[in-house]
Amino acid sequence: MTTSIKLTPPLSDKDISDLRSGDRITISGVLYTARDAAHKRLVELLSKGEKLPFDLKGQIIYYVGPTPAKPGIVIGAAGPTTSYRMDPYTIPLLAGGLKGMIGKGHRSPEVKKAMEKYKAVYFAAVGGAGALLAKHITKSEIIAFEDLGPEAIRKIEVRNFPAIVVNDLYGNDLYEEGIKKYKR
Amino acid sequence: MNPSPIVMTRKLHADVITDEVARLCMEANFDLGEDVLRALREALEKEESSIGKEILGLLMENAEIARTQRVPMCQDTGFAVVFLELGQDLSIVGGDLTEAINEGIRQGYREGYLRKSIVGHPFARVNTRDNTPAVIHTEIVPGDRLKITVAPKGGGSENMSTLAMLRPADGKEGVKRFVVRSVQEAGANACPPLVVGVGLGGTFEKAAYLSKKALIRRLGEGNTDPELHHLEEELLEEINNLGIGPLGFGGRVTALAVHIESYPCHITGLPVAVNLNCHAARHKEVTL
Repeated sequence: MTTSIKLTPPLSDKDISDLRSGDRITISGVLYTARDAAHKRLVELLSKGEKLPFDLKGQIIYYVGPTPAKPGIVIGAAGPTTSYRMDPYTIPLLAGGLKGMIGKGHRSPEVKKAMEKYKAVYFAAVGGAGALLAKHITKSEIIAFEDLGPEAIRKIEVRNFPAIVVNDLYGNDLYEEGIKKYKR
Repeated sequence: MNPSPIVMTRKLHADVITDEVARLCMEANFDLGEDVLRALREALEKEESSIGKEILGLLMENAEIARTQRVPMCQDTGFAVVFLELGQDLSIVGGDLTEAINEGIRQGYREGYLRKSIVGHPFARVNTRDNTPAVIHTEIVPGDRLKITVAPKGGGSENMSTLAMLRPADGKEGVKRFVVRSVQEAGANACPPLVVGVGLGGTFEKAAYLSKKALIRRLGEGNTDPELHHLEEELLEEINNLGIGPLGFGGRVTALAVHIESYPCHITGLPVAVNLNCHAARHKEVTL
């Protein structure tokens, strides 16, 4: 296993500017979960000038809708969902101070440009490894939009949560580089 | 004329169907098939990229956690797609077949702590909170048995699926181009390594159905038609030459298998549908 960079949110511009596409990272501390329906509501709140359920500054959003926790465990399977669906809502969140997003799959050119502008990075977690990734989650609490069920916003605490930098501040994209290397 | 003979039909109680569907929902989500695990082990031997190998190892470790601890392998526990092969001489008693299946989904997703991922209307998008309704495909077959296959289908790979009404002149090369392009455009989004289901021929909806049905074939079993089996192998090679690799980080293994199901088609057309499945090619079956 390659050595990884340890990150603990909130992240500063310096933390972000040190990261490069392809870097392995592990996160310990707080993440906020949000996916399609929660993003829609967050952006509606922002457009009305209302307060969000959590302060975006320096934070990381994890695109996940976990399975319900069995009795005695913190959370069910909790792997990343596909990120492009959040692209239509991402730019206002970046403008609001969001520093990182964890998901899987490609981002739009507009979102990549906005990440450079607002100094934020995009991480991928291991898609399809929901049972394994749940082991890194030590606490989970619904903090908003409970009516959305699996799409509610959760504040989760993670320990050594593994991810990889896909898009950095310098225009690099791990997905594009990987394909170039192995295409025949 | 002789009076109609009395035919004794075999009876199956709807409650049995409910119980079995509930069990299959859980098994499919906890227990990745041995055929898929074997394909992942073979992929690990072929893979050259170090991150690709690492990911294949993690996916196998994930499957082991899911199986032994009876937790879902993926948080997306899917749209419950149910294939039925209903024997024409079987009589379902004690309830409505569709409702028996939906009740099984309800129970299985509740008892298995599976995620409820269905919204009741495409626009209003309010969660139905029990993962119903199922999508049910029924084929009436000879005999007096009922075969049920539950195949929970994840949204990430479903969203990357495609269909084209090609021209007869496009031929086999046109089909190959479309299938490979579909996988290329899906890239990292559909959680490769993929199982690629291809529905070839039929009508618009028949092609889509066949592409889904192709996903429940056991990995390692080729199409029985030698020409189509050859095409499956050619497509697999071309797809793996795309370089997308495990989870799209670059590598040799983009797909574990390509399965083609075909049907006769109209003189004007050449429909082709591509239904993508992530590495969690989940399906469990029972014959009652």
